[in-house]
Amino acid sequence: MRDEEWRLSPAVALRPEPFGAMAYHFGNRKLTFLKRPELVRVVQYLQDSETVRQALSQAGVPESQWPAYIGALRSLAATDMIRPSEGQDQ
Amino acid sequence: MTDVISTPVARPTGGSLVDQFEFGLDAPICLTWELTYACNLACVHCLSSSGRRDPRELTTEQCEAVIDELQRMQVFYVNIGGGEPTVRPDFWHLLQYAVDHQVGVKFSTNGIRIDKEKAAFLASTPYVDVQISLDGATAEVNDYVRGPGSYDTAIRALKNLKEAGFKDAKVSVVVTRQNVGQLDDFKRIADEHGATLRLTRLRPSGRGADVWDELHPLPEQQRTIYNWLIANGDNVLTGDSFFHLAPFGESLPGLNLCGAGRVVCLIDPVGDVYACPFAIHETFLAGNVLNEGGFKEVWQESALFTELRSPQTSGACTKCAFFDSCRGGCMAAKFFTGLPLDGPDPECVQGHGEAALAGDRNRPQPSQDHSRAALPKRAQPVMVQLSLTRPDITAPPVSACAASPLAGFQP
Ligand code: SF4
Ligand code: SF4
Repeated sequence: MRDEEWRLSPAVALRPEPFGAMAYHFGNRKLTFLKRPELVRVVQYLQDSETVRQALSQAGVPESQWPAYIGALRSLAATDMIRPSEGQDQ
Repeated sequence: MTDVISTPVARPTGGSLVDQFEFGLDAPICLTWELTYACNLACVHCLSSSGRRDPRELTTEQCEAVIDELQRMQVFYVNIGGGEPTVRPDFWHLLQYAVDHQVGVKFSTNGIRIDKEKAAFLASTPYVDVQISLDGATAEVNDYVRGPGSYDTAIRALKNLKEAGFKDAKVSVVVTRQNVGQLDDFKRIADEHGATLRLTRLRPSGRGADVWDELHPLPEQQRTIYNWLIANGDNVLTGDSFFHLAPFGESLPGLNLCGAGRVVCLIDPVGDVYACPFAIHETFLAGNVLNEGGFKEVWQESALFTELRSPQTSGACTKCAFFDSCRGGCMAAKFFTGLPLDGPDPECVQGHGEAALAGDRNRPQPSQDHSRAALPKRAQPVMVQLSLTRPDITAPPVSACAASPLAGFQP
């Protein structure tokens, strides 16, 4: 996943909350909580990053924590909150 | 077990979602909006004592303004109810308006207006979810509390939705002493209609306060509900209703938290904002959407909601081993049965509720009632019918709760 390009799904809206953000998927109606502001930043940086790696470093996540964040991104991907950018295979 | 209140005093960083939710959110997650107090039925346990329309109900324009504000606050969906929301002439317009403004709608109905044409409209509208209320898996049990003909109305609506290709409607059941034995049948009815079953707890709210003693599940039935929920897991929705049953064993899926004023609230037909749909009483009235700051200010700044989001004391419950999962249960259930808010739930599975109910208590006076004074006889629920089939009151009581003051009395 690190070297792939990922985006927030078009059907998803992020709502800032004191603890991070709430993500709502209008298509599958799933509600997910991003419990850390850092994770919210990573997801936001995905929009303009060519790779997940880039988004992680832009968001200031120390490399030692990348595996944990990638895990969180994978679970967001499982409910289609984020998806691989067009033209890229998973 | 500790005497220390486990509620943190300030919002923690990270931690569990429950810890976060206790301090509230910038906008509600579970917002119920009752569009009208008018209803074609007169269910004996109606949480909002509905029946007659209130002349002060929000106009179409005022409702649209509320939807605009929800869109700005990013409230992603609302649960619309009533009364019977579909009897409002502008209901279908407001539904469309909300969906067009990124506010998804789930609405609860007794099914009266879900004919083939409306079912087709609903099936073609994204972001709409329909919930049909049914409180008995047979007409006998359902109509006992919801009124004659209401079972057929609900089933016909489910059938119309299915035939129109509407996916995944909800069959919404309030679990009572009378229908607790029908849980499998409800599941079958939902399955047959391509729908999902949703079970919720009977709360002594609205007219429900008057019949709660007779309708709420008996202590041994609480365990039946718990076991059934555990066995059926994710295939049944509960709206987090039953977290007071968690002390029976493992926690049920969901938040295990009273969300009133923290993640939950109600906008009533006249625009009043209450902490929870089951707490329509001036004690839990936080403000009105027509006030200058609108809904946002009520949600974010009202004194009541601020208080509900600050650390609560939980009295005797903090000593309970199950406090972490049960947290003293439902605020509304305690309030309307006249129990202290910082004590155990009236249906506490440890039995503390029964003791408290047996003691001195003052049930609050309702602060609103839109019940119709008199319904034509044929339209009234006839609770007396089922009671005739109940065991002879002179028979020995089967449990402490079934003890009748007339047991053993022969005229
Ligand atoms: S008062 Fe009861 S029904 Fe309302 S949010 Fe709290 S637990 Fe749920
Ligand atoms: S004593 Fe309180 S926390 Fe414990 S089970 Fe009863 S209601 Fe729940």
